[in-house]
Amino acid sequence: MREVAVIGVGLTKFGEQWDISFREMLLEAGIRAIEDAGIDGKQLDALYVGNMSAGQFVKQEHIASLIADNAGLTPIAATRVEAACASGGLAFRQAVIAVASGHHDFVVAAGIEKMTDLLTAGVTGALATAADQEWEVYQGATFPALYALMARRHMHEFGTTEEQLAMVAVKNHSNACLNPYAQYHTKITVEQVLKSPPVAKPLKLLDCSPITDGAACVILAPAEKARRFTDTPILVAGTGQASDTISLHSRQTLTGLMATVEAARAAYKMAGMGPKDVDLAEVHDCFTIAEIMAIEDLGFCKKGKGGQLTEEGETALGGKIPINTSGGLKGKGHPVGATGIAQVVEIVTQLRGEAGKRQVDGAEIGLAHNVGGSGGTAVVHVLRRMD
Amino acid sequence: MGVPRFWREIPSRYNLIGVKCGNCNKILFPPRFICPHCRRTGKLEPYKLKPKGKVLSYTVIHVAAQGFERMVPYILGIIELEDGPRIMAQITDCDEKEINIGDEVEIIFRKMGEEGKEGVIYYGFKARKIPKS
Repeated sequence: MREVAVIGVGLTKFGEQWDISFREMLLEAGIRAIEDAGIDGKQLDALYVGNMSAGQFVKQEHIASLIADNAGLTPIAATRVEAACASGGLAFRQAVIAVASGHHDFVVAAGIEKMTDLLTAGVTGALATAADQEWEVYQGATFPALYALMARRHMHEFGTTEEQLAMVAVKNHSNACLNPYAQYHTKITVEQVLKSPPVAKPLKLLDCSPITDGAACVILAPAEKARRFTDTPILVAGTGQASDTISLHSRQTLTGLMATVEAARAAYKMAGMGPKDVDLAEVHDCFTIAEIMAIEDLGFCKKGKGGQLTEEGETALGGKIPINTSGGLKGKGHPVGATGIAQVVEIVTQLRGEAGKRQVDGAEIGLAHNVGGSGGTAVVHVLRRMD
Repeated sequence: MGVPRFWREIPSRYNLIGVKCGNCNKILFPPRFICPHCRRTGKLEPYKLKPKGKVLSYTVIHVAAQGFERMVPYILGIIELEDGPRIMAQITDCDEKEINIGDEVEIIFRKMGEEGKEGVIYYGFKARKIPKS
């Protein structure tokens, strides 16, 4: 297997992008990534695009070819990858494997979701298809409800508080203020989170990530060819992916995601590293409780101590392990299929030392963690600077 | 939802019929086609689960799933049945303040929803607290 490096990244602004169409959006991120890499479109061998549900959101399937078509990249091999909110992370992993295997040299890994062409009820209905339709959604479950069930149990077993959950949202909004691509540039307080309307108790509106339009794109190359394009290639040191039961009630535990634990184990093993080596991480904070469980499952603290680690400020910028410096899904926004790629973009930006006011000093190793549904899929990547 | 899709699941949704693995004796609900513990070595037979369990976790839903808008706020729980499997079910006939993790519940047959004025009426199971004796 060959070593693989990221040589270019690009994002669109995240948010309600009513003036940009689905097909235009990915082009914007893609052109930025191609220009960032300084590569010619003709050199690209393949395209993997993560997308949860263009069929539901914009009534368009067969989008990989549509994107290749709009980008003028035909006859490139174009493949769509789907695993609900982990679609982007999986598209990145498929692209990494394609380069590592030697089958392709220069590969585009992209992610996109255009969500605001539908009204909110339609969006939540579309997102709910990532849960078990027969045994969860039939019973009246929503995504906030599934994470609320985990939150309640986490609070019961470990004493995690609603204030600690709120602190995740406060931190991520604060980080988002420093990210020009983020959906929200507004600071919020713990009190505002606690007083926001209930969605699925104990989760409130400000515990939930928003509905977002956005696209993200990275360009991958064999590590030995990466320096032709950039002085700061970022190595994909480890990749791991795992599955679990799609329905929450079938799992052994409600207070963590075994798919995350397994994916992290594989990624750390491949990288020859552990959680202590990681300088910063982008984790899947679709709801505040999800970040607390993620930092436990990824090994940054013991099970049950995620709330405490957050309260102590160790996950904030300047803390022991800054989490979601981009603003995370909560502050930057969560265009579901784009999220996994956008996380990689943030880690690459940080490891290059180009993150501006939110730069983590001396960051050498970063981790990206992307989850599908309530934990039926998880994918973890460890990235590091190439010396 | 089309009629066949609903009709297929009637035994499980109306009567809590799951399966039991002839090899490892594990009881599985919702029914599965392969035992996840011993894969294809065990033969799965229908098994009617005891309609009793306890609350593992619960949430009070204020922003409804599609089709449940008129029910808000409603309570959704994860119930561990006495036979072992865990299910997701609404907890009905009580106020949210009355529910605690660990509470004992019985599984009852209830209307879940309907497909417009002339469509199919959906039935299924919900959980109800058993008063402490």
